[in-house]
Amino acid sequence: MPAYIVRRVLISIGVLFVASFLLYLAVASSGDPLASLKARPGITQSAIDATARSLGLDQPVVVRWWNWLTGVLTGDWGTSVALGQAQAPVFSTVMHALWVTIRLVVIAEVLALLVGGAVGAIAALRQYSVTDYVATTLAFVLFSMPVFCIAIILKTYGIQFNLLLIDLGGERWLTTAGPPDGGFTGSPGHMFFTFTGTYLLPTIALAAISFAAYSRFQRASMLEVMRQDYVRTARAKGLSERQVVLRHALRNALLPVTTYFAYNFGAVFGGAIVTEQVFGWNGMGSLLVRSIQQYDPNMLMGWLLVTATIVVLFNLFADIAYSYLDPRIRLG
Amino acid sequence: MAETTDVARTTHPGKVPAPDRERDGGEPEGVFLSQGQLVLRRFLRHRAAMTSLTIFVLFVLFVYLAPPFLGYSLTDLSAGSYEDPSSAHVFGTDQVGADVFSLVMKGSQFSLQIGLLTTAIATVIGVLMGTLAGYLRRGADTAISRVTDLFLVVPLQAAAAVLINGVGGSWWLVGLVLGFFLWMPIARVTRAESLSLSQREFVEAARASGATTWRIVSRHLVPNMVGTIVVNATLTLSLAVLTEAALSFIGLGVRIPDTSLGLVLNQNYTQLATRPWLFWAPFVAIVLISLTINFIGDGLRDAFDPRQTRR
Repeated sequence: MPAYIVRRVLISIGVLFVASFLLYLAVASSGDPLASLKARPGITQSAIDATARSLGLDQPVVVRWWNWLTGVLTGDWGTSVALGQAQAPVFSTVMHALWVTIRLVVIAEVLALLVGGAVGAIAALRQYSVTDYVATTLAFVLFSMPVFCIAIILKTYGIQFNLLLIDLGGERWLTTAGPPDGGFTGSPGHMFFTFTGTYLLPTIALAAISFAAYSRFQRASMLEVMRQDYVRTARAKGLSERQVVLRHALRNALLPVTTYFAYNFGAVFGGAIVTEQVFGWNGMGSLLVRSIQQYDPNMLMGWLLVTATIVVLFNLFADIAYSYLDPRIRLG
Repeated sequence: MAETTDVARTTHPGKVPAPDRERDGGEPEGVFLSQGQLVLRRFLRHRAAMTSLTIFVLFVLFVYLAPPFLGYSLTDLSAGSYEDPSSAHVFGTDQVGADVFSLVMKGSQFSLQIGLLTTAIATVIGVLMGTLAGYLRRGADTAISRVTDLFLVVPLQAAAAVLINGVGGSWWLVGLVLGFFLWMPIARVTRAESLSLSQREFVEAARASGATTWRIVSRHLVPNMVGTIVVNATLTLSLAVLTEAALSFIGLGVRIPDTSLGLVLNQNYTQLATRPWLFWAPFVAIVLISLTINFIGDGLRDAFDPRQTRR
């Protein structure tokens, strides 16, 4: 097992090395971060050159990538090359964005896993019933919807709901501008009010898509398990249906879903990109879009390092969890 | 079904007896159906899939053939900004006075084209990579799984967005780039299947009689994976349409003068509260495309599944 982990981590580092090179080259050669400066009227060539030199843009792309790489290995993530960013340090910018996104994603994913798991299991136990058809149709419709459309609908009608609240003499509840900078303050009641108002809509938007996947997965796995011999044995030895389902079937059916959860977690960061855009959260998604549009390879590399680490860790975790939960699986 | 396949193997290779006569409408004794006929019959009886296929085909025909006859113009901007729906403009006009119905039709055309191009590329690359990895194993397998690892580490949206932002946003470039990033799921399933097929006697026999790798892949492996390939292609098609919409929506996908449903949504979604039709028209078009494709894929999966016993 330790040998397996070490091998996987080493492979991931190698892969990340290649990925960083390719992405750095792609984003650095796809456009000029100084374009808006050069378009400014009355700007002199020497001023442009000076800015380019101070940002390191006068060097060839490969050299810039090498400088970035040696910097990262000594713990320096570099600074942004985008004009508006005023050489913002990459590390603290990325960490700030990560903290914003991770809170949103974790809440949404856990919620989706719990609800999706429960709905999938019930749908499987009552296969071809009305419940099953409703759950299946819902999952299909959610699957077929772009994530951002759910977000847009929630946001628009959330704002209208706010207006309704204000009309009734209430307070604005649902916010669409990310978590407050100073954290949640005030009385516990007020904190709960602002917390739910901030998280409710983006969490639903993110959880909806994952819910569809988890409920389908759980349903398939539960159907598979209910056909197994040990479930028949459990019934035959006179256990109540409740015990058969909860003790014998559900516990085994959870296995593939939990590992899928771990594999999926990295991909959820992708879904969060668009949801964040719609709800105005300044997280990893906005950071990614901004660094691509501003041709800012250093910032993009910071984003890549964090995202890749999360993906690799969760995949590793999924493999280990699988081999631990199902002793028949051997890692090698 | 399990026993019928056993019968097939012992009596008549390549032909499978009709599954359950009573359920399938009392075929006379001794009538045999080929695998293809069985699949087609199961698919035709899948109600959700057939309904979806009909809707999808009608929608595609409508999107490509109807607009010229309906008298709406994409270039005529003489109407005012944000006009309400009327007989002249069924879905009203947008900010610059363009007819939204024509925009949605044009967007659907481009979204479908991008989806099909992406699926074609992803399927060809995925099937080649997967089959070769599963058949050749060793070096080829390792190389291909490293490439898969690479795409696992770099999220698809990020890599595609960087490339599209660099090369410009015409529809075929978007389709091309997405195709190069969406082949991994197909490669994964075809690899698994070709791993197990490669152990079978008929592949060994082909190899023993001196067939080249290309011949084994194209004549023996791929034809035996048609079901898997077709089902995964439909999944890729719906995924491609949705991914393209998301990328265009955040401004890193298709750009003007080309358009797509994602771009139409991007330009009009802020009007949802006051002029809901501007949002719902392109939204319904996307959901219609992707929902019908998903149901068709579901029907195909059931039709190709040899364990399938329900009608």
